[in-house]
Amino acid sequence: MARQKIQSLTPVEETVDEIYRELGSRVNAAMTNACPIDVALGFVRLCQSQSCGKCTPCRSGLGQLATLIKRVLDGYGDMSDIDLIERTAQSIYLSADCAIGYEAANMVRLCVKGFREDFESHINQGKCSYFFNRPVPCVSRCPANVDIPGYIALAAEGRHADAVRLIRKDNPFPTACALICEHPCENNCRRQMIDDSINIRGIKRYVCDNAGVVPAPECMPSTGKKIAIIGGGPAGLTCAYFLQLMGHQTTVFEGKENLGGMLRYGIPNYRLPRERLQEDIDCILSTGVDVKLNTKIDSPEEIAKLKESYDAIFVSIGAHKDRKVGLENEDAEGVISAVDLLKAIGDDQYPDYSGKEVLVIGGGNVAMDCTRTAVRAGAKQVSVVYRRRIADMTALQEEIFGAQAEGAEILELVSPTRIEKDENGKLKGLWVKQQMIGRYKQGRPAPTDGGEKEYMIPCDILVVAIGQGIESEPFAEFGLPVQGSGKIDADDYTIIQQQPGIFSGGDCSTGPATVIRAIAAGKTAAANIDEYLGFEHLIESGVDIPPVTTYNRNHCGRVNLREREAVVRNKNFEPFEYGMTDKEALQEAKRCLRCDHFGFGCFRGGRNFKW
Amino acid sequence: MVNLVINSKHISVKEGSTILEAATENGIQIPTLCYLKDINEIGACRICVVEIKGIDRLVAACNTPVEEDMVVYTHSPRVMTARKVTLELILAEHNYTCPTCTRSGNCELQSLSEEFGLTAETFKKRIVKMDWDENFPLIRDNEKCIKCMRCIQVCDKVQSLSVWDIAGTGTWTTVNVANGKDIKKANCAICGQCITNCPVGALQARHDKESVYQALSDNNKVKVVSVAPAVRAAWGEQLGLEPEEATMQKMGEALRQVGFDYVFDTNFSADLTIMEEGSEFLDRLANKNKNKFPMFTSCCPGWVRFLKSQYPDMVPQLSTAKSPQQMFGAITKSYFAEKIGRDPKDIVLVSVMPCVAKKMECSYETMKDEQRGQDVDFVLTTREFVKMVKAANINVKELEDKPLDDPLCAGTGAAVIFGATGGVMEAALRSAYFLATGKNPDADAFKAVRGYHDGWNEAEFDIEGTKVRCAVASGLGNARKLIQAIRAGEVKYDFVEVMACPGGCVGGGGQPIHLHHNKMYEVRGERLRKLDYTNPIRFSHENPQIKTLYSEFLGEPLSEKAHHLLHTDHNGWSMK
Repeated sequence: MARQKIQSLTPVEETVDEIYRELGSRVNAAMTNACPIDVALGFVRLCQSQSCGKCTPCRSGLGQLATLIKRVLDGYGDMSDIDLIERTAQSIYLSADCAIGYEAANMVRLCVKGFREDFESHINQGKCSYFFNRPVPCVSRCPANVDIPGYIALAAEGRHADAVRLIRKDNPFPTACALICEHPCENNCRRQMIDDSINIRGIKRYVCDNAGVVPAPECMPSTGKKIAIIGGGPAGLTCAYFLQLMGHQTTVFEGKENLGGMLRYGIPNYRLPRERLQEDIDCILSTGVDVKLNTKIDSPEEIAKLKESYDAIFVSIGAHKDRKVGLENEDAEGVISAVDLLKAIGDDQYPDYSGKEVLVIGGGNVAMDCTRTAVRAGAKQVSVVYRRRIADMTALQEEIFGAQAEGAEILELVSPTRIEKDENGKLKGLWVKQQMIGRYKQGRPAPTDGGEKEYMIPCDILVVAIGQGIESEPFAEFGLPVQGSGKIDADDYTIIQQQPGIFSGGDCSTGPATVIRAIAAGKTAAANIDEYLGFEHLIESGVDIPPVTTYNRNHCGRVNLREREAVVRNKNFEPFEYGMTDKEALQEAKRCLRCDHFGFGCFRGGRNFKW
Repeated sequence: MVNLVINSKHISVKEGSTILEAATENGIQIPTLCYLKDINEIGACRICVVEIKGIDRLVAACNTPVEEDMVVYTHSPRVMTARKVTLELILAEHNYTCPTCTRSGNCELQSLSEEFGLTAETFKKRIVKMDWDENFPLIRDNEKCIKCMRCIQVCDKVQSLSVWDIAGTGTWTTVNVANGKDIKKANCAICGQCITNCPVGALQARHDKESVYQALSDNNKVKVVSVAPAVRAAWGEQLGLEPEEATMQKMGEALRQVGFDYVFDTNFSADLTIMEEGSEFLDRLANKNKNKFPMFTSCCPGWVRFLKSQYPDMVPQLSTAKSPQQMFGAITKSYFAEKIGRDPKDIVLVSVMPCVAKKMECSYETMKDEQRGQDVDFVLTTREFVKMVKAANINVKELEDKPLDDPLCAGTGAAVIFGATGGVMEAALRSAYFLATGKNPDADAFKAVRGYHDGWNEAEFDIEGTKVRCAVASGLGNARKLIQAIRAGEVKYDFVEVMACPGGCVGGGGQPIHLHHNKMYEVRGERLRKLDYTNPIRFSHENPQIKTLYSEFLGEPLSEKAHHLLHTDHNGWSMK
């Protein structure tokens, strides 16, 4: 007789495993606009099914919680039920034997705390204040609400120019976004319920690569109104584009030598080639935008003058101020800020780091941009110094992988303590201390001192990439409300309450954020400036959307974009990524589930033809 | 053209057609439930699912466009199984109380279940109850709602008021008043278009039949009834009568059998309305700089509610004339009461209307008087009247064509067309022309304003050198478009008629409901036009009883007495 057996899953267990995996992607695809109590009930029931059944609180308590929550949903609950739910959850949390019970109960406690009002409205009014108002997940998640199913359907028909026109209805930077958008649209893609999200950015890139020059639509008749736009980045140029289309005359005041803001002065050429960015800018300028380069508006007097001579102002100065790390000897020669490094590249002044050892402090996308730039500038060795783990970095995963593939080293759990310079004030190295990951602070695991000795990493160049500030002082002096962090205080309508006629949006009012958010701010500002000036001009694309033609929904893998070989691309600043082939793009476009038509889409909110 | 095969039949249809359209055009029937042509094509109920060769799952026929070489099976075994389960699921959330349900006999769900031959309940019932103010003229019963979303779409797309919306999420999804509002505060026009487009009995007009029966059994009362123009075009439809058989005289006989002492005709007060409103219009025209134009008609309470809630600043442009129903009430409880020597409060006046909003109109503060009480006591819809006829087992085919009762029964051809879009305008212009020039125009001179379509009709007429620019809209979505164009200065009119329901009162929210047919206003409108053509008198000012009324009682149009009885202050009551 054998006395041991290799553990393996039974067919039933394999099916359950499969269900859990499905559940995972379904949760990924979930929008947050469902009735929170219904979601809580679903959650509790799942937890209940996981209970081993030994301890009373978990075995019996989770079932009782589900019954109570169901009672509220069914409309039979009363106010005392909320207290009972809360008390029961608290008790299970305190007394259950293992995590299956106490973590489930903890979530229920959070639910009652997080949406007690919804419990109350179910009980008192028999009403749920939630309804399905985000029918097309990708469009809802795109800050600019670009008509994604629309342009994917156009891509599938080979109507590339129409696809670009449709994108431009909401976003005048189709090419820039095709190359570098963080694509929040893909996060809740419903296709994840079947296999994987659609490669939306990849399809956008495909249409932009193949559309050729698509002229901007004609501007509406002139209104005679003049709008000053301070800052020629994505927010400012988007605002200018739409206001021009609406018949207003805009003037963009740009402090630097070139337009583009962070698209040019923050994102290196290998990710966003200049000439591709220029395609978008040329189209925007073709609507008649007046541009004043090398014209920095940096005194309250100048702002006052603009206020006098223009009918409205949009402040979109971005976040271009470097932030110091605050270490001893930060003034050493060889210490450089990310902002300065990327700005120089923006004006085509490429550094030469041949033979040098470069350290980059930071864990965000800008830190990765600096790292990959340093590699391309010929550095002998490039290392990233980061206090937390790689898994905790805020940079996109593909950026981290890209940097590593190109030869950069990422030193995780290393905290800088001071900078060492020589007698001539020249950088010698960075002193650091090994960290260990520990308990959560503000929702993420925080590093603590690992108890090991400080050591120095020698380096010739130290790039500080720990975020950017906003040069909002002149605006504060002029009288705009500015928060302590330097952010200009505009609301979600880009309106500054105390200053009618002055609008603000983009990085300067949100802090450093994504390009698509800045574009959304520019679009919002254009609509609200138009409204402020007493107009109701509506922007539409005039493009008809192809009907649905694909009904089969068999599993099919997602096409990812290929990159040039790391050892070749890390030698220069040429684009690192390849677009899709015709065949790939067609297959990927056909994977789209057309949420604009199926589900709620064909009923309500499937498409905004104009805004 | 697109070539495809449905159930082995080779057909060719217009590009862009849906599978449902292609099938219907070619005599192939696909069952539907939530579908409402051009208004609700959202594939929600999944009853119209069909199989397409080569496609793994079924698709909704109502919103799937045909493609070249498509091979469609409308009744394959897979289709039939899916349809049956879906129907059973719908039944599980529908509290069917067919014997007592107002829609029994014209319920689309009932008819589908019968078609499918369902014999037993498969699923456990899951009925969700929701509260509703049963005093409001429009009643919603959540226990019957099958979430087809038609009411939402009709109110959005046809009436532009968006009173209804989705409420809740997931399994709990249902329909309710938008933004969680109370229906009384939702700016509902009470047009009832959601009722006539509801496939089941989830939306109904308040039932006032029982109150009327009670009034009819009171021997101390004089029981009077008056019938609106549009009712005669529709009352026979569900009583097995041909249109030419369903005369007003037969209807009068039926009403007498139900128990009324006097059967009058609202056509009488439609003519009276023309006298007052036509004179008012000429008066406003004569004082052009003191008045804002256009002047709006005020006969339709749904429209008045719409204007009050959506464009309150334009309320002064409404004619001050009461609606024919309310004029009728005021005259019955003054002139007629005097004639028969009775206290107005001894008279019970019921009107039979194609309308739900009339149930609300008769209860406004401005529509009652200390001496007379409420001018119109009860309002029955055409549907309620038909049910009363059925309950009384009246053999309508055998009814005689006996005349209605004096002195409030005469109506002209101008009055009867009040029930169809453009009719009020036409009638008013016929008499305005006479009042201004002293001679009658050709009775059909103003026919350009007839007919319902998307947008509105406009026409310009010359009344002895004065140009009168007119516009006519029906359906509140069309009314909104018209008003926006007026407000934007894109169009200029002197006189505008608006009816809340598409096609006018013939398409009213109180009219009979037919399975799969929501465009009855077309044929009913034609019926009224025919009554106009065949009426020997086609001008309101020639109505002999109206002449008598003025000479014996009111004096002349816009006299003080007329003002007191026949005009109203639209700001005298509030929507909330």
